[in-house]
Amino acid sequence: MNFTNFGKYLLLLKAVFRKPEKFKIYLKAIFQQMDFVGVGSLGLIAIISTFIGAVMTLQIAFQLVSDFIPKTIIGSVTRDSSILELSPTITAIVLAGKIGSAISSEIGTMRVSEQIDALEIMGINSPGYLILPKLIAGVTMVPVLVVFAMVLSIAGGYLGGTLSGAVTPAEYIQGITTDFNPYTITVALVKAFVFGFIITTVPAYEGFYVKGGALEVAQASTRAVVVSCISILACDYIVTQLLL
Amino acid sequence: MIEIKDIEKSFGSNTVLKGISGIFKEGLTNLIIGGSGSGKTTLLKCMIGLHTPEKGSVLYDGREFIDMNFEQRIEIRKEIGMLFQGSALFDSMTVEENIMFPLNMFTDHSFKEKLERVNFCLERVNLEGKNKLFPAELSGGMKKRVGIARAIAMNPKYLFVDEPNSGLDPKTSIVIDELIKEITEEYNTTTIVVTHDMNSVMGIGDYILFLHEGKKFWEGSNKEIAHTDIEELNDFVFASRFMKAAKKNF
Repeated sequence: MNFTNFGKYLLLLKAVFRKPEKFKIYLKAIFQQMDFVGVGSLGLIAIISTFIGAVMTLQIAFQLVSDFIPKTIIGSVTRDSSILELSPTITAIVLAGKIGSAISSEIGTMRVSEQIDALEIMGINSPGYLILPKLIAGVTMVPVLVVFAMVLSIAGGYLGGTLSGAVTPAEYIQGITTDFNPYTITVALVKAFVFGFIITTVPAYEGFYVKGGALEVAQASTRAVVVSCISILACDYIVTQLLL
Repeated sequence: MIEIKDIEKSFGSNTVLKGISGIFKEGLTNLIIGGSGSGKTTLLKCMIGLHTPEKGSVLYDGREFIDMNFEQRIEIRKEIGMLFQGSALFDSMTVEENIMFPLNMFTDHSFKEKLERVNFCLERVNLEGKNKLFPAELSGGMKKRVGIARAIAMNPKYLFVDEPNSGLDPKTSIVIDELIKEITEEYNTTTIVVTHDMNSVMGIGDYILFLHEGKKFWEGSNKEIAHTDIEELNDFVFASRFMKAAKKNF
């Protein structure tokens, strides 16, 4: 995203936050989008988080071969890695693919089929009507999904670790409950909020300014996912640097 | 009445509109005609604010549109209805929801009142009972008629129509043309139609503005168009053998 695009992105965001024409209609759209972003992604996030937790536990157990390191550490490392990094970032990247491409292609198709022009001509603030509900759904539901992912990732670690025999249930439970710092949850939720903003606004921007036809809509979707993923990783670093 | 004065618009180094002026009166079907690339759609988009011209003014009953801020433009746009070339119906909504959409956004009417208005508009375009169909289930002509129904839902003062006959068979084209003409006269709207369909020009063109290479070459009525000596206009209007043969009868 060069400076011109970044400027256009900021101007689009300014238009998104104009006063809604009718709050009731926006509210309905917000709930629809929350259903799409949140409920619609639960299954995918559950599967990915559980497997990541399980695999991470096995890999940590594989690397901790010293007799001087207690096995409870496996649970502690799984917990902190899941909460601080893997759950927010992996969830965000998966959602950038699932939600981001859908947002970009939906808005892009509306652009090339003149539906956005139709909204404008009716006197409707099209960025607000199309993007604000998605943005609110993103910043509210991505943190919920991240919390869900944290729980399942730690549970997946328990399953993976105990079923393989790498760690006993007691050692794992002791590990995840020892020296827990609740601030890590705050950091993860800040990340989730930022990622929710990126996942919805960057694809919306790519779709909103698409020109051409089906090919350009597809290219915009691809670009939306790529730019979202890079932005997520960059913001992940910045937030981690600022908060830890 | 809509008045445009000296409109100029460029895209990069390509000047598309070179000082176009004209007056479009209410109760008349005003046509903007010209060949492909002559600037018809660009002029229409400048008039409704989808493009911003570098120079010139657009006056809606004396109200300068181009200098207006976002909120002021919204007030004008509530008085505008538009039928797009591809109809631009919202895919995810039914016919009823499409027509009800502007009513939901800008009125506080009850659902019953809005439904009555939707049914009236559908009846007006001869699509009674099609409320629950989705745009994907409609033919091209039906989509255009739903587009017209949505455009007139808010009782517009100004009606813009972009290429109403594109992709339609000749019989359906005539139905759409007649519908536009009837609505214009019935509601006394200022109607502006962008077209290159000669049936429309001869059938409903109360006032015609002919564009050629971004300039206004001619203006007049459909009765006058057959008797001009302008070569570019004659080349455009009487391009087909049928029109050449028919010219003798005009």
